[in-house]
Amino acid sequence: MSEVIATNQTILVVGGGISGMTAALEAAECGKQVLLVEKNPTVGGRVSQLYKYFPKLCHPKCGLEINLRRMKANRNLRLMTLTEVTAVEGEAGNYSVTLKTSPRYVNDNCTACGACADAVEAEFDDEHNYGLMKRKGAWLPFNQAYPFRYVLDPRIIGTPDADKAKAACKYDAIDLDMQEEETTITVGAIVWATGWRPYDAGKIQPYGYDRFDNVITSVELERMMDPHGPTGGKILRPSDGKEAKDVAFIQCAGSRDKNHLKHCSRICCMASLKQATYLPEQYGEDYKGTIYYIDIRAIDRLDDFYQNIQKDPNIKFVKSKVASITEDKETGNPVLHGVDTEGYHRYSNPHDLVVLAIGMEPSVPADGFPMEVVINEEGFVELDEKNGAFFAAGCSSDALDVNRAVQSGTASALRAIQVVNRVAGAEG
Amino acid sequence: MSDYNQQMIEKYRGNFLKEVEANVEEGDWVKMCMQCGVCSGSCPLGPHWEHPPQEIFMMIRANKREDILSSSSMWMCTSCYNCIARCPRGLPITHIMHGLATYAKRLGLAPKEQPTAKFAQLFWDNLTKTGRVNELKLGLSLYFMNGFGEGIKTALKMKDVGLGMLKTKRMTPMEMLGGHKCKDVKGLQAMLKKAEELEEARIGKRG
Ligand SMILES: Cc1cc2nc3c(=O)[nH]c(=O)nc-3n(C[C@H](O)[C@H](O)[C@H](O)COP(=O)(O)OP(=O)(O)OC[C@H]3O[C@@H](n4cnc5c(N)ncnc54)[C@H](O)[C@@H]3O)c2cc1C
Ligand code: SF4
Ligand code: SF4
Repeated sequence: MSEVIATNQTILVVGGGISGMTAALEAAECGKQVLLVEKNPTVGGRVSQLYKYFPKLCHPKCGLEINLRRMKANRNLRLMTLTEVTAVEGEAGNYSVTLKTSPRYVNDNCTACGACADAVEAEFDDEHNYGLMKRKGAWLPFNQAYPFRYVLDPRIIGTPDADKAKAACKYDAIDLDMQEEETTITVGAIVWATGWRPYDAGKIQPYGYDRFDNVITSVELERMMDPHGPTGGKILRPSDGKEAKDVAFIQCAGSRDKNHLKHCSRICCMASLKQATYLPEQYGEDYKGTIYYIDIRAIDRLDDFYQNIQKDPNIKFVKSKVASITEDKETGNPVLHGVDTEGYHRYSNPHDLVVLAIGMEPSVPADGFPMEVVINEEGFVELDEKNGAFFAAGCSSDALDVNRAVQSGTASALRAIQVVNRVAGAEG
Repeated sequence: MSDYNQQMIEKYRGNFLKEVEANVEEGDWVKMCMQCGVCSGSCPLGPHWEHPPQEIFMMIRANKREDILSSSSMWMCTSCYNCIARCPRGLPITHIMHGLATYAKRLGLAPKEQPTAKFAQLFWDNLTKTGRVNELKLGLSLYFMNGFGEGIKTALKMKDVGLGMLKTKRMTPMEMLGGHKCKDVKGLQAMLKKAEELEEARIGKRG
């Protein structure tokens, strides 16, 4: 790998999701030196796993496309993928950061022709599709991956598959001798944008995510809608592959709950309302959606979106946090049990499929930061003077939608720019 | 209706939530309920409640004092703790239910024919007499709780259990004559009396 040059006027951005990319681009476009590190083989983060964006219902692909174009065009921005921060020392304006880069086993000769993937036999759970389908041991994370290069899974190294991949590549792009590398750099400020992960649905015991096939999560539904995804763009029941036309959404699954995540994840009400529009998209008029909720949090301009969904006669709202789910063994239908708040009626409602509007958990555990930072009880990084020049962006700072994650990325870039400007001023 | 009840009505006129906060065990928590419904949906006895816990919490806020205090609902609670385990707000629902039941009884508003309330009284009277539960007497008073005819029927139905208990020496007919007791019955009763006085004083101070 080429040598990484960074100085105390460099801004380090950790995490290449929408907020990290934004922060990195804003700073680089202001003429600052920026190093963006991403632990996955590609940038894009969670938005690359979404089918459509609320509120406009556009495809995240074009937003991503614009950002990638900005990245390619900018000479101040350097990207390191498969890289994580292992240690940070020092203070605002002068941090020494240790980076660990895992081998990709594919160099930049790669044209993404895919011959290696064809040659390799081993298959693994596809992370991009939350394990709903398999991918090869040599793979391209998704069709907009950047860098647009294949990756070899470390689990095939040392097996005949690795040699097959190497032999298949006509461009001499596969280098099986690549090693893990450690780099130490100096930077002036750090933007932390490692985002979120879906809360572990199996922990919500009464909902039986780990016991019932037809209980899935909202992030999995997004993947089902992708034409290249596990179901070829259809909403199919995992138990029998039948179309799911009667879909229930359970709000606050793992959020606003002292047994799980204490915070409101903020986006899941909107995510379910958005996903309610996927039903007519699939089935015309022949569908039923039921949203079980405590209260719908569609604030400001998003209220319009909510009101439009309310007008849909095929979508029903039930004000109730579902107490438990059982399974009808004969049909495979999940049956939702609870008591509603508008009249206190007890219900036991069967549906074809249940989607848990799963909460957003900050990606980095409170005790896993490479330096001491102030973290609130929900696990998000606080904006605090004690953090020096360590600024959180996007879902590392709070549960945010894309719009707010981008705003937060820009804000963090500005904070970081002020620090490196101060350093530059002091050094004349 | 008791004087005590009248006194409380006057004291908290129109603010039952305050009354509950001051007089009911864990009553402070009531305002934390966000009306999600998980407690009501998780209760194994749920369908038998006139007003499930979620509704009770709303009724408290809506000043439905008489409706709640004379209701049989909170007497349905069997202390399974399902609701406490699942309440996303951490309300000690079980304790609040028992607190409400106790308060209703103290005010003289508890439903007269409610079996849980009746049995609780039988149990208490039985236990405090000797410091030991007299299984035979308790069993019989339970059978005959709803009248003589019912009692004979239940006794016959439970005959085999009774005989089994006799055989394994879990129960003896001698219990009919006073029964076994703890070492210092007088001391126990003095202690209970003192506890009652302390409780009265505490209520007086709070109420
Ligand atoms: C079901 C669902 C639907 C949604 N739909 C919408 C929608 O329609 N519209 C909308 O506006 N929002 C939506 N959201 C919210 C949206 O996904 C988030 O706002 C967005 O992903 C936030 O981006 P981010 O960059 O903060 O985090 P992420 O997308 O999580 O990016 C974080 C990046 O950091 C990397 N990373 C993690 N840890 C490390 C590490 N230790 N070192 C280096 N890199 C690391 C990750 O690989 C990732 O690339 C939805 C969310 C859910 C759950
Ligand atoms: S956004 Fe809606 S579904 Fe998500 S935690 Fe908040 S209230 Fe619950
Ligand atoms: S589970 Fe808790 S928050 Fe929900 S209705 Fe019951 S007491 Fe209220």
